[in-house]
Amino acid sequence: MSIKNEPLIRISKRDGMATWKSWAVRIIALLLSLIIDAIIIYAIAGLNPLSVYKSMFDGVFGTNRRMWAWIRDMMMLLCIGVGLAPAFKMRFWNIGAEGQILAGGIAAAACMIYLGSGAVPNWLLLIIMAAASLVAGAVWGMIPSIFKAKWNTNETLFTLMMNYIAIQFTSFFIPFWEHPAGSNTVGTINSANKMGWFPSLFGQMYGLNVLIVVVLTVAMFIYLKYSKHGYEIGVVGESENTARYAGINVKTVVVRSMTISGAICGLAGFLAVAGADHSISVNTSGGRGFIAIIVAWMAKFNTLVMILISALIVFLEKGAIAIASQFQLSNDVSDILTGVILFFILGSEFFINYKLKFSFEHREGSKK
Amino acid sequence: MEYAIEMRNITKRFGKVVANNNINLFVKKGEILSLLGENGSGKTTLMNMLSGIYYPDEGEIFVEGKRVEIQSPKDAFDLHIGMIHQHFKLVDVLTAAENIILGLNESTLVDLKRVKKAVAEICDRYGFVVEPDKKVYEMSVSEKQTLEIVKVLYRGADYLILDEPTAVLTPQETRKLFSVMRNMREDGKSIVIITHKLHEVMEISDRVAVLRKGEYIGDIMTSDTNPQQLTDMMVGRAVRLNIDRPQSDAVSERLRVEHLTVTDIEGVKKLDDVSFTAFGGEILGIAGISGSGQRELLEAIAGLQNEHSQGTVTYINNGVEMKLTGMDPLDIIKNGVLLSFVPEDRFGMGLVGSMHITDNVMLRSYRRGKSPMLDLKYPHKLAQKIVNDLEVVTPDIDKIPLRRLSGGNVQKVLVGREIEQSPTVLMTAYAVRGLDINTSYTIYNLLTEQKMKGVAVIYVGEDLDVLLELCDRILVLCAGKVSGIVDGRNTTKEEVGLMMTHLGKPAHEEAKA
Repeated sequence: MSIKNEPLIRISKRDGMATWKSWAVRIIALLLSLIIDAIIIYAIAGLNPLSVYKSMFDGVFGTNRRMWAWIRDMMMLLCIGVGLAPAFKMRFWNIGAEGQILAGGIAAAACMIYLGSGAVPNWLLLIIMAAASLVAGAVWGMIPSIFKAKWNTNETLFTLMMNYIAIQFTSFFIPFWEHPAGSNTVGTINSANKMGWFPSLFGQMYGLNVLIVVVLTVAMFIYLKYSKHGYEIGVVGESENTARYAGINVKTVVVRSMTISGAICGLAGFLAVAGADHSISVNTSGGRGFIAIIVAWMAKFNTLVMILISALIVFLEKGAIAIASQFQLSNDVSDILTGVILFFILGSEFFINYKLKFSFEHREGSKK
Repeated sequence: MEYAIEMRNITKRFGKVVANNNINLFVKKGEILSLLGENGSGKTTLMNMLSGIYYPDEGEIFVEGKRVEIQSPKDAFDLHIGMIHQHFKLVDVLTAAENIILGLNESTLVDLKRVKKAVAEICDRYGFVVEPDKKVYEMSVSEKQTLEIVKVLYRGADYLILDEPTAVLTPQETRKLFSVMRNMREDGKSIVIITHKLHEVMEISDRVAVLRKGEYIGDIMTSDTNPQQLTDMMVGRAVRLNIDRPQSDAVSERLRVEHLTVTDIEGVKKLDDVSFTAFGGEILGIAGISGSGQRELLEAIAGLQNEHSQGTVTYINNGVEMKLTGMDPLDIIKNGVLLSFVPEDRFGMGLVGSMHITDNVMLRSYRRGKSPMLDLKYPHKLAQKIVNDLEVVTPDIDKIPLRRLSGGNVQKVLVGREIEQSPTVLMTAYAVRGLDINTSYTIYNLLTEQKMKGVAVIYVGEDLDVLLELCDRILVLCAGKVSGIVDGRNTTKEEVGLMMTHLGKPAHEEAKA
């Protein structure tokens, strides 16, 4: 008969945690990650961590231009996160944001190229572009959802495969639109008359990006929380049987929510083409469709919290690039640094949901 | 004296909930100990710590006088402790013999012949019947349970824990189980049986230990006690053990089911040509071994089995007849059919665990009004009313996810919501499963109240004692067919038990045999 020692650490679930406490845990995690990063910076690169952090900060906020680039990219990421929210809340794993962005981007670029001669005024062209990208993204999102509703296909694989189709479509269109000829890139569209470019708003080049995404974010928050549709999404996500019991048509909800999800991701493609790049390539989505999944999950599908998360993630990205170039570090080192920060922030959720007990803490009382 | 098993000062918490508080329990050699307590009193938690599923926060466990640490089910097996769980842990596609040796690292080559011989010996010794080559998915509930017991005996268990073993058995199967348990006791094994059924405690056990709300209340020799005293120990105060059954004079036809047949995806008939009528002002009980078609019957009436069902369901309101056949739940709501349904699987069908009470209360009525936005005021008021009327214990109706409430409170919210729709037909499936005695009686009273209002109540139950006391008529299902409909006031448990296993009403000579 073997007699074992009692385990050193045991894990038990917490019964909820006060909001302020959970935020304190997250902030502590952030600080800890900065300390670990400081050790890495010092040990691997032999640099002064404080000056690295400073250059990271400067790299993002140092100039007005840099700050607006940060805002622009953050809005883009936020827009995709908002698009994913209804699908993910419904437990529909939409891994296809990349493709939906490209579909929307292709639609927007096509309108820019074929209607950008000045025949339609810029405001009308922008509305047409927005509508076209919404429709294109919606179609890209709707296709997998129809298959899911009708034949219960796996949405994760389906949406993922749709990404590759969208990438191939983009490659297909580039030769038709290439400029200058032979470059195999589309180049800047309408660089002369700037048709289909976002006008500056409130004196800011990216003002319109902010306006559109903030309106979407608030609207999606209200839609998910206070509308009948949003309620249905929540019920379907939790249990399809409960939804059927309540008389909710699960298929309708799945197709409708995925169409909305795809449409908003398509609109993100419009933002990228008309509001940032003024071009289209297979890199227009640039992996942001996947990063937005992290944003959506970390925010637990609350679109207002997504603002914070996407701000942080884009800050880390831009900061990493800044330190890599300023200190001639390889990209890998700055990736390690941002990786550590994300790891700590995600890991802090564990301590918010669970607590640890050490064997030497509690047994004293019961030992005789 | 040295005990077979002794648990000292055991405490186990789950978050804020104290499941076991400073419990001292011992088991003697060669005795059958009943661990008695209401649902949620901590019986299973306590035994799970013996079988290595949980690890105590505080306290010590001794086996044959030696202090032991049980960190996993394997540790428990090494100490010859075996537990038969309420939900069987068997692999459906394997045979009985394969399940028995599953997870044992005896040798790389499995000698099935030797296993079968050993199993046959165990069976002979205690009076089991196990077919070693039968696949688990072909077995009845009782056969599976036998297999679980043989499995732990094969592994050399000397201390057996049975968690509510009779919950899924018919009275006849229970008798068989008890005789096997007595044989094992004669052989010197110690047995703990977890139960909340008093007559079983009286019948089988030598000694009773009572838990209440995680506290150890005390133990008593079975020969020195009676059901009333045990109830008082279990509940903490005197409880009246019978249910009011007033006769309603406003009896009218509410629901007529004719030739209802439901087949599952594989084409197996789950419900076979079922016909009956439910009347307002009566509680129609539905009895049967679990899985005899109860779930399919209620779901088919509620419009959740349309693709797989045949036959007609007619709803009658004030003499106006309406065919429900082919209608889905939304059609039923839109056509003004006042049909309420408390499904068996609370979080899988009736409720949304991650949402709070108000959101759950509006599950059936959130469509009210033309606005695309939710009306939150009305459901909030309704939720408040249900919480007040049914004494639901919750810190907040708009913040706490329902999953965090106790089973009884969750069920009150579900039943409360369904009653608040002022139904004319109210269907409930296992409405008191997992609830303590007080809450169960609250539910029985609510159902009787609805019956006296002229509602046709359909009550699917598993406890025959309750069915016999609560229902005006009892429809007995056997393998998807109607075995018969009996008068709840003039039948016996034995009669209903036999009808559950054999089609048709038994002739009295057969019943005796």
